Amino acid sequence: MISLLEARGIGKRFGGLTALDDVSLTINRGEVYGLIGPNGAGKTTFFNVLTGAYTPDAGEFVFNGSALPTGQPHRVVAAGIARTFQNIRLFGKMTALENVMAGHHIRTRAGVWGILSQNRRTREEERLTTERAFALLAYVGIARFADTLCTKLSYGDQRRLEIARALAAEPQLLALDEPAAGMNATETGHLKTLIEQIRHDGVTVLLIEHDVKLVMGLCDRVAVLDFGRKIAEDVPAVVQQDPAVISAYLGGGGDAH
Amino acid sequence: METLLQQIVNGLVVGSVYALVALGYTMVYGILGLINFAHGEVLMVGALTALQTVLLLMEVAPGLPPLLMLAVAVGVAVPVCMALGYLMERLAYRRLRGAPRLAPLITAIGLSFLLQTLAMIVWGRNYHTFPALISTEPLEPVAGVFVTPVQIAIVVISALLMAALVLLVNRSRLGRAMRATAENPRVAALMGVDANAIIALTFIIGAGLAAVAGVMFASNYGIAHYAMGFMPGLKAFTAAVLGGIGNLAGAMLGGIVLGLVEAIGAGYIEELSFGLLNSSYQDIFAFVILGVVLIFRPTGLLGERVSDRA
Repeated sequence: MISLLEARGIGKRFGGLTALDDVSLTINRGEVYGLIGPNGAGKTTFFNVLTGAYTPDAGEFVFNGSALPTGQPHRVVAAGIARTFQNIRLFGKMTALENVMAGHHIRTRAGVWGILSQNRRTREEERLTTERAFALLAYVGIARFADTLCTKLSYGDQRRLEIARALAAEPQLLALDEPAAGMNATETGHLKTLIEQIRHDGVTVLLIEHDVKLVMGLCDRVAVLDFGRKIAEDVPAVVQQDPAVISAYLGGGGDAH
Repeated sequence: METLLQQIVNGLVVGSVYALVALGYTMVYGILGLINFAHGEVLMVGALTALQTVLLLMEVAPGLPPLLMLAVAVGVAVPVCMALGYLMERLAYRRLRGAPRLAPLITAIGLSFLLQTLAMIVWGRNYHTFPALISTEPLEPVAGVFVTPVQIAIVVISALLMAALVLLVNRSRLGRAMRATAENPRVAALMGVDANAIIALTFIIGAGLAAVAGVMFASNYGIAHYAMGFMPGLKAFTAAVLGGIGNLAGAMLGGIVLGLVEAIGAGYIEELSFGLLNSSYQDIFAFVILGVVLIFRPTGLLGERVSDRA
């Protein structure tokens, strides 16, 4: 197994609150890696530090063998990590297609000049971006809504659209922040199939999820955070039996579903 | 009837200039929720830089065809203003990104005074004649309406620039990035958009349009001076509000409508006021419109509900 992402001693404090305390973990290329933990354990903070939304107070990320820039989200995307959001954050005034095209921004080059002169390279790039966006909409199963304003899509479809938008950045690591939140059983089933497909197509997946059943059924390995510290990391079957994990979920009053 | 047609033509011309400047206001507002009150001064810097260039050219290369001279002057004024727009964003507004909204607003007003004063130091307090490089002599009247070549040039070039901007914003990667940043800069950044670069680009484009508008304004009226940006700046801001600030189509529509109302109003103000007021009071119309819009339809003609993010 080759590691794709290594978190080394990541720490993050907010005032007196330690949100992440010396968190180290390794995600291997090609796996689905789950990050679980009770509410407030620091999962989303970890996501935000990883994707550059926050600057870590300690530690570093090594991605593909080199240090990941911190605090500069667009450079993290350029390096090959794209994410979705726990609360849907689509560009509400754009169509589904445009949202996906916007996600492809970092992989395109055209400048003002090229756009105004509509030279061949720009037109070709725009055509490829459009084509790719259509393909991604089809990939997540919502091609028929390409020209629909994204806010008109159903909740489940908006979640799919976020995944398509993230994939448009051509990531090596796709980070999903509670993608099943608010989904019914059928939608969650479809989501599971989609994530399996994404892994099959060579994209590594980091999954934060509350739905333990989904995590256990989908992930190759799982890390458990509790009060900002990693308390376990192993294959799902082992983690499930770990006394520290059981006590974090049951004793901590967290909501294990 | 002839007065009306004539004033419609005049209104379209002035309205085109307002629209170009209004686009700068509305683009910056759309992305940052900031009203860049120094934007009118960019128009002034554009006009005076062009004037300076023309005067220089007349000395070193007096044989140059006037149109070429004008083209060179615009070619100098536009990048100068773009640099100015970039510097305003980089040095002043970027540092105030997270500040309460009053801070950047006051900064904008301060920048406006600063630029006017600097221009007064460089170009003096006098009115300068802006040479008529495109003729300001009316052509043969059509249906009793006089149109000058410079007026035609203003309307045509404005239309072309606006079409180019619409293409850029609606049909390109940079436009999508601008719209994404306008909706949510943090999310746009997390999706791979360099939000700082896009915000800078917005200022640069707006300033470029204002530079062209400045040259148009000076060419149309034949004068330029250090305070010439103030009134068109306020009018263009009014146009942006009238159209629905933050909305590109609104800025264009608002500019044209304001120009028309002002021109038509100026044509009839004497009759309307029973001889009390004459056409030099035409500025009344812009600000009555601003007041009425703000009171009765603060979202403007094409605006959606204005969000609280500002």
